[in-house]
Amino acid sequence: MDNIILEMRNITKTFPGVKALENVNLQVRQGEIHALVGENGAGKSTLMKVLSGVYPAGTYDGEIAFEGEVRNFKAINDSEDIGIIIIHQELALVPLLSIAENIFLGNEMAKSGVIDWAQTFNRTKELLTKVGLRESPDTLVTNIGVGKQQLVEIAKALSKKVKLLILDEPTASLNEADSDALLNLLIEFRKQGMTSIIITHKLNEVRKVADHITVLRDGMTVETMDCHAEEISEDKIIRNMVGRELADRYPPRDVPIGETILEVKNWNAFHQHHRDRQVLHDIHVTVRKGEVVGIAGLMGAGRTEFAMSVFGKSYGHKISGDVLMHGKPVDVSTVRKAIDAGLAYVTEDRKHLGLVLNDNIMHNTSLANLKGVSNATVIDDANELKVATGFRNKLRIRSSGVFQEAVNLSGGNQQKVVLSKWLFSNPDVLILDEPTRGIDVGAKYEIYTIINQLAAEGKGVLMISSEMPELLGTCDRIYVMNEGRMVAELSKAEASQESIMRAIMRSGEKK
Amino acid sequence: MSSTTPATEEHPKVSIATYIRGNLREYGMLIALVAIMVFFQIYTGGILFKPVNLTNLVLQNSFIVIMALGMLLVIVAGHIDLSVGSIVGFIGAIAAIMTVQWQMNFVIAGILCLAIGGVIGAAQGYWIAYHRIPSFIVTLAGMLVFRGLTLFVLNGKNIGPFPRDFQQISIGFLPDFIDMGELHSTSLLLTIVIPAVLFYMAWRRRKLNESHGLEVEPFNFFLLQNGIIAAAILFLGYMLSSYKGLPNVLVVMLILIALYTFVTTRTTIGRRVYAMGGNEKATKLSGINTERLSFLTFVNMGVLAGLAGMIVAARLNSATPRAGTGFELDVIAACFIGGASASGGVGKITGAVIGAFIMGVMNNGMSIVGLGIDFQQMVKGLVLLAAVFFDVYNKNKA
Repeated sequence: MDNIILEMRNITKTFPGVKALENVNLQVRQGEIHALVGENGAGKSTLMKVLSGVYPAGTYDGEIAFEGEVRNFKAINDSEDIGIIIIHQELALVPLLSIAENIFLGNEMAKSGVIDWAQTFNRTKELLTKVGLRESPDTLVTNIGVGKQQLVEIAKALSKKVKLLILDEPTASLNEADSDALLNLLIEFRKQGMTSIIITHKLNEVRKVADHITVLRDGMTVETMDCHAEEISEDKIIRNMVGRELADRYPPRDVPIGETILEVKNWNAFHQHHRDRQVLHDIHVTVRKGEVVGIAGLMGAGRTEFAMSVFGKSYGHKISGDVLMHGKPVDVSTVRKAIDAGLAYVTEDRKHLGLVLNDNIMHNTSLANLKGVSNATVIDDANELKVATGFRNKLRIRSSGVFQEAVNLSGGNQQKVVLSKWLFSNPDVLILDEPTRGIDVGAKYEIYTIINQLAAEGKGVLMISSEMPELLGTCDRIYVMNEGRMVAELSKAEASQESIMRAIMRSGEKK
Repeated sequence: MSSTTPATEEHPKVSIATYIRGNLREYGMLIALVAIMVFFQIYTGGILFKPVNLTNLVLQNSFIVIMALGMLLVIVAGHIDLSVGSIVGFIGAIAAIMTVQWQMNFVIAGILCLAIGGVIGAAQGYWIAYHRIPSFIVTLAGMLVFRGLTLFVLNGKNIGPFPRDFQQISIGFLPDFIDMGELHSTSLLLTIVIPAVLFYMAWRRRKLNESHGLEVEPFNFFLLQNGIIAAAILFLGYMLSSYKGLPNVLVVMLILIALYTFVTTRTTIGRRVYAMGGNEKATKLSGINTERLSFLTFVNMGVLAGLAGMIVAARLNSATPRAGTGFELDVIAACFIGGASASGGVGKITGAVIGAFIMGVMNNGMSIVGLGIDFQQMVKGLVLLAAVFFDVYNKNKA
């Protein structure tokens, strides 16, 4: 009697070097709200991209049945045509077009190319009423808040005769009231018989709206839970999300921890563009000699913003607070000063912020410390070559030589080039932002080994990572960050995936 | 991963064919330049390579080459400068007012002109670097403003002639110290010394690279390549020496080419400009003051445009309101023909110089043949498109 609208069977999707999904099964019933939960990188977004045709049929294994028929989507249009609409976390709206224009973009109400504005406006008004948005159809999207933009996206989905609505972390950037309104809207839609899949990190929301919960972990389905058959506790969900053994994926480290090198006190910062939104609140962080300190948190917790604001005020404005190195206050107002003070920041976005891609390994290696390879501004080629070759051998960068362009390297080797650059600037403290994102298991192990070597050399490491096992496996101490605040500080003994998740969830609900 | 053998530096034997393929772009442009020269030599019935025409060729193109040096840096940094033609006109006008009307010493006037060029570059660079206004817009504004200022200071009239000393910048030749009759001794001496020095430097570089285990071109190819370069310089130098000698402006140009090649390939500031053009954010996060760097590339461009302005005015022997009109397009085209990338980060001084001479030889050859200005423009436009297509095609194939 269960009326299954969507069934994904044994979906396996491989990227070069990484198995993103392995035999994933997902069943969604007609007219329900189905929650998809899992850690960052568990494969939720990949699964939805497979479903919507972003990854076309043939690039993955397994089959998708929608309304009882096996479907092979070649492109997003194919899935949209039969009523599967996905709303991505980064909204796909054109800021300088009106609400009406956005809703009917690519799907204009037109006769032989001429838009019928009267009809467009009338339809838009109907749709906006349905989603409960009181705005004029000709308001520009840039002039309304994120919460309302989310509603415009939903209205856009409704305009396309949606049967299955997929929302990828719809409330990630919304405040409490907007989130509630959105969830109530979903419940309203359910009454009208619409089916939705909601991907979220917020377990209280899951408990509020979901009929079924599917948990993904490491690209595999762990369990699908029926919320009506039994009481589902958050602890159970968390256990399912993180329940994995820490195997020997992390090289051991035995380094004595010394005195404090870096101390950041009372650190506050405001958003780069929304100038009255405070993104960092009174943050206090210390890193000691030979210590690897982690910062855990969900995406959008403010970890990268924190690191970049400390590193030469590269993010944010109205930044206040003190940075001390070896107990003395230092000036970090520009990147150069931060480097000279002994800091280095390995960015999470190595392609856009870390490397000059069309330049070679040698030139990338010397970029942050050109003084170190030159005499009176003339570059000493021989010295530069020696330095670059030295790092290439030390970090085992696999390439045809130091003259290979960075763009042609694998992710892991690119990351090692970025590390070379910062090691050559000889910092006391390295801030590593998602140092192993998008690189394969073998290369990850090598990166961990390099981190251990750095600690052994007496440097301090501050590591931001969304992979909790990685933090637990490598860090001596872990800060937990949520919504711009440090919400917990856990010693190695206290830290576990459950304790980190709990700290995040509790702080989120307290508000 | 167990297969982590430390990477070793290989000593690959490169064949001539693979070497040329790896450096296709530079050789391609050089071969194109030679082919164009040979074509016009035949087509003009031997006029192109006559000493008097070669001298003209140098005089006509020196200012384009000089500005291309600065423009290459601007383009590599990820910007563009449309105002250089107007700056040429404006500086020419200022130079005429100072030397003709105020009868100022030509050295002081020259220095002031360079300084004013620098200030103009700084004024534009300020908006581009520190206020992030696109360079296309700022220099488009500059193009209009400085053309207008030229008209204003000249009051719509020509000013000339220039004092003899000032004219020498453009139309003077190296003086002789030993009398050799038909041949000019100083020029001939330089003609022999320059290739010898170049050959020695190439040789030393090769030895240095070899000792560091770097890939070097096959020895025969090295000899052939440098032999051809030396022969070409000897030939051109001899031809010029048999007419009036080496023009002063050629010497200035050669010194600047050498200087800018050195700056772009060997110094930290050159490296930073390339890095900034390749990825500005990553460069900034590596502790490099990218704003100041952008600013300086425009100051530099302004100084070189100022120099070009004096050369143009001295050559025409009068400052005219229309001087320099359209030069910016020739200069920009020279850089793109020479392999610079419109998105920044890529380009070489040698490429820009070759690109400028390709344009120059075509201008010269087509004028000798008597091709109308209409066809000249079309041909130049198509050559620019073909050269950049060649680039894109090669990149996609790789």
